[in-house]
Amino acid sequence: MPLRPILSSLRHHKLTASLLILQVALTLAIVANAAFMVAQRVQRIHTPSGLAEQELSLIRVEGTAKDENHQARHAADLDALRRIPGVTAAVAVGWALPFSSSVNSYGVCPNEEALKRAMVASSLDHTGCMSIDTYSGGPGFLGALGLHVIAGRDFTADEYVTGDVPSILLTGAAAKKFFGGKDPLGQVVYAGRHSSRVIGIVSDTVRPMLRGDGSDGEVMLWPQLPDDNETSYLLRSAPADRARVLAAAVTTLQALDPNRLIPETGQRTYTQMREDYFQRDSTMVGLLLAAALGLLFVTALGVAGLANFWVQQRTRAIGIRRAIGATRADILCYFQAENALIVGGGVALGMLLALALNLLLMSRYELPRLPLWYLPVGALALWALGQLSVLAPALRASRVPPVVATRSV
Amino acid sequence: MFAYYLDLALHSLRRSPVLTSLMVLAIGLGIGASMTMLTVLHVMTRDPLPALSAQLYYPHLDPLPANYPTNNDWGDPSDNFTWPDAMAMLKAHRADQQAAMAGGRVLVWPVQTGRLPFRVGGRYATAGFFDLFGLRFEQGRGWTMADDEARARVAVLSHGLAMQLFGRTDVVGRTVRLGDARFQVMGVTSEWAPQPQFYADAAGKGNYGEADRFFLPLATALDLGMSVSGNQASWKEGGKTSGYYTWLQVWVRLKDAAQVRNYRQFLVDYSAEQKRLGRFERSSQNAALYPLMGWLEHEKLVPGDLRLQLWLALSFLIVCLVNIVALLLAKFLRRSGEVSVRRALGATRRDIFLQFGIESALVGLLGGLLGIAIAQAGLWSVRHRPDSYAHIARMDLSMLALTVLLAIAGSLLAGMLPAWRASRVVPALQLKAQ
Repeated sequence: MPLRPILSSLRHHKLTASLLILQVALTLAIVANAAFMVAQRVQRIHTPSGLAEQELSLIRVEGTAKDENHQARHAADLDALRRIPGVTAAVAVGWALPFSSSVNSYGVCPNEEALKRAMVASSLDHTGCMSIDTYSGGPGFLGALGLHVIAGRDFTADEYVTGDVPSILLTGAAAKKFFGGKDPLGQVVYAGRHSSRVIGIVSDTVRPMLRGDGSDGEVMLWPQLPDDNETSYLLRSAPADRARVLAAAVTTLQALDPNRLIPETGQRTYTQMREDYFQRDSTMVGLLLAAALGLLFVTALGVAGLANFWVQQRTRAIGIRRAIGATRADILCYFQAENALIVGGGVALGMLLALALNLLLMSRYELPRLPLWYLPVGALALWALGQLSVLAPALRASRVPPVVATRSV
Repeated sequence: MFAYYLDLALHSLRRSPVLTSLMVLAIGLGIGASMTMLTVLHVMTRDPLPALSAQLYYPHLDPLPANYPTNNDWGDPSDNFTWPDAMAMLKAHRADQQAAMAGGRVLVWPVQTGRLPFRVGGRYATAGFFDLFGLRFEQGRGWTMADDEARARVAVLSHGLAMQLFGRTDVVGRTVRLGDARFQVMGVTSEWAPQPQFYADAAGKGNYGEADRFFLPLATALDLGMSVSGNQASWKEGGKTSGYYTWLQVWVRLKDAAQVRNYRQFLVDYSAEQKRLGRFERSSQNAALYPLMGWLEHEKLVPGDLRLQLWLALSFLIVCLVNIVALLLAKFLRRSGEVSVRRALGATRRDIFLQFGIESALVGLLGGLLGIAIAQAGLWSVRHRPDSYAHIARMDLSMLALTVLLAIAGSLLAGMLPAWRASRVVPALQLKAQ
């Protein structure tokens, strides 16, 4: 296919052609970055928690009576909850859990010297101590959550207390951050005025609010019994039973004490908790996808619309070419090639724009660098879209009969 | 002449209905998306208290230890005050009006026995609160500084809570149970709900849609150990009254630039003195005084995602407009023949420009109308999001007018180049070619 006639014809439509190039370039720049952001968000939304999320539900209950014996109340509640058909485990848990948006973090030091340094500085920074997100609960909360011990042992029944805990479990990430290469088992850590022993390493989980800075897996678990008017009960059941189990739990708990409050916002399956936590991310994914599809649609529209015009405008010229021997395929090829040139120029410029846009986003929104392979893939996709959009007008052009050449306009 | 051009434009648009509707659709989508996001940002960054906001200021001290970690999940703990600092601000009396406050959510017990209590949000504040923010009383009045000192068990209810509890608002002197204590009602305020709730602890970030439903003396609430909501941070042992525990907000009202200057100096001097006393560790130059709108900006109430969404929508609009320029250009140039005939018959370049300009504007007007519809649909879907700001996402008249204006301006701008290009068509050449 000789390019010269195409180029010389485009020279007559410099302005229009460059506008189309600009549009294609902008589209590629935005769509490539949008696709990258979608990938980032989708990955975030699917952050694994290590819990048996599919089987868990959480219910928050608030007693209104003063001076109640919380432990007796919890024991009675849990006893009733475990009787609900389908419930395989029920435990009282603390405020903070993965995706609960409630944080319960403690300053912990690896030795007494570090603790003293931290007390003097009134800060944990640069002292060897760290602030660590903590999950707590009653006997068996580890197993109920779906976590398991991968080294050392689980808490024993007598270790569960309402005050200072004698022992703790760490995730592998937290143990590494805390003790480096040292064997964490049996180490003593200092939290405020008391110390606890590391008795084991628990399977991976994530902190309640993700930071995305590589520290999300650093979590401590300790056997502290919830001891408050307001309690959360964790229920485990088969995934399909969760809705029924939640409803039954509300009725059961309300029957045990009609004076307590069980807000509807406090009755959630873990699937709902995850959805609520990542709600903004899913909104963003939806918007980014809508914008990207909208852009591609508008660009395809522009390509097709313009090609349409040019075919109409050149009907006579096409007729003449057909009359002097050009085949239908020649005409089709001509328009496809013309489009390939314009969109090709557009995507070439667009790849540069995409990189520039990514740099801008990196500086303003802490976005990571756009992987380079997005560029050729996006360019190829856009180029193919251009070829497809021009196909209909090009086919119409190829069907122009040679006789048009002899007609006057 | 205008009517004639309008007629021509309509005729021309009708001649290629598919293309016309595609152009209108493109503009409509671009405008609709942009206006949805602009409206959301507009309502989120509105002045929450237009009558007084120019005089309201938020002082900022920095009592944190020198190397206190800054990467926490909840924002800067020095945005709030410690009890001693807040009380020092009030006692110094360097402003016309001033108050310290903190938010709280407590159980309210219905007057009828046997009904379950319910949780409502309200404010613990010092006596100056009501005058400072200009709250209006339907019944009774606010408490006095003497009540503050005496830790009086008195309360002010909002209109809504009074109605909910008593079914009426003339309830001064009656008793309500909030949390574990009983309070005597001193007054009932008219509904008051600035959006966002600018004076509350900003770490909540979701302070849209909240309204305080009760008010209690701060010292009383502190005495009773009532629970405080919002960001609280401490870095040494000691309770809420210690100098190492931030949990309070302080607002002051300053009338003119001189007062503002003096107050700022006062904050720096106070910080320097605290540093000399060994309580503050950081530079006294960290002390600052924010005007209300400046404080909201400092607290970054608008999530980064939202700004990203606005940029996305605007760049979408730009691509749509570039698209329209190309299509109009092709369309107008295709009518070069028609243009040359009109030019040969005496139409000036200006006439041609006007004719095509009107055609572009018409596309813009239609696109704008479609854009309004799309933006309304967009806002409707925003309102159904669970974000706290979602429910206030509504278009007011000014935003409605801006939509149409933006659409017409955009399409006029888009039509300018093609119209100008068409008006440059050389009649003789075109006529000869035919």
